[in-house]
Amino acid sequence: MNGVHDMGGMHGFGPIQRDEETFHGDWEKRVHALLATAFTRGIGPRNIDASRHALERMLPSAYLQSSYYERWLAALQTGLVEEGVLDEASIDARASLYLRDPHAAAASRSGPSGVEREWAPRRAYQPRSDGPAPGFALGDQVMTRNIHPPGHTRLPRYARGKQGVINRIHGIHVFPDTNAHGLGPHPQPLYSVRFEAAELWGATAERAASVYLDLWECYLEKEGA
Amino acid sequence: MSEDHGHSDSHHHPEPLSPAEARARAIESLLVEKGLITTDAIDALVQMYEQDIGPLKGARVVARAWVDADFKGRLLADGANAIAEVGIESSGNQLVVVENTPTVHNLVVCTLCSCYPWAVLGLPPTWYKSFAYRSRAVLEPRAVLRDFGLDLDDSVDVRVWDSSAEVRYLVLPERPPGSEGLTEVELAGLVTRDAMIGVARVAALARAER
Repeated sequence: MNGVHDMGGMHGFGPIQRDEETFHGDWEKRVHALLATAFTRGIGPRNIDASRHALERMLPSAYLQSSYYERWLAALQTGLVEEGVLDEASIDARASLYLRDPHAAAASRSGPSGVEREWAPRRAYQPRSDGPAPGFALGDQVMTRNIHPPGHTRLPRYARGKQGVINRIHGIHVFPDTNAHGLGPHPQPLYSVRFEAAELWGATAERAASVYLDLWECYLEKEGA
Repeated sequence: MSEDHGHSDSHHHPEPLSPAEARARAIESLLVEKGLITTDAIDALVQMYEQDIGPLKGARVVARAWVDADFKGRLLADGANAIAEVGIESSGNQLVVVENTPTVHNLVVCTLCSCYPWAVLGLPPTWYKSFAYRSRAVLEPRAVLRDFGLDLDDSVDVRVWDSSAEVRYLVLPERPPGSEGLTEVELAGLVTRDAMIGVARVAALARAER
């Protein structure tokens, strides 16, 4: 979707504020942990792509005014509500209660942390083999499609309809544009594509600069096709 | 960890909660009440984030690559499997390591969200996830690098890696001059998070005291 999350090349956000911290307060750590847990237990956003799409669907004004973990919190709530795990009214009511009375009881339950399930099963990266053979070879000139899907996509606006060169072949990867919507993983070849800065940004591009994007086969067509 | 369950009753008080904090607590409490999660599970993850050594892992990888050319070859060919040799667990993602040279400088960003090589750098700093960094790194990487104190002339090819898929990128910085006599452990002590994201170089030894 042509959302505000697709920020590459936007102007107006000012200088980079060098905030070196990851978290600001315990609640941010808990939101991180809640979203991670919701994933692995299958109670929140159904996969990483659905989770990203939940972020993207925030109202642009809300997205821009929220901190990073406020956005995660919004995505967590969206996932939980859409999967029918919690309803919005209950969450709102309980949040209002805690705002009025920070002493109001919050439930707490011991039990096996299950953390091994959330964190430990870190298998080494296993390449997939369940997709079509790559249609492009190293060095091929390609053109990105000028697509504007209303749903999730990982082809940023700044790189649509642009000419690039296949720089690496990453193997077979799940296709986020369908996976985010529960339409299946549709695994297909993924490539690193190199774009010259001038191709992306025109005459005022910085010199001797290029951008590499990881793009799925169906985002690409042969140059001149 | 069960003793710590007062997290919602002890150290937050008496200040009022922010709306986000209240909502986060509401969601956690409702999930606990439904029996879908335990407080222990959340506490355990929080503790893991707090204890994560973050960029120190990446620094070990870089130092090994500087002293061991064979390892460096394997790292550049297959990052995810090579990091296991230095005792680092994979995050299950493909890892591509891109090498800085006197004529090539690499920089990593995620313009669409906040993809970052957790396995080797831990969780990202807030600036990496900021709108300013996400929007500018692809449009004007040289200007961004100047903001970080690194002014590269046009003889250096600047390559920006926008992490748009489940492939993670780590920059292998140049080994600083004057570091020839250092051990692998001492070298690892020189390597910064910023250098492995690509917004800095590893400082020459004269400035980075041992």
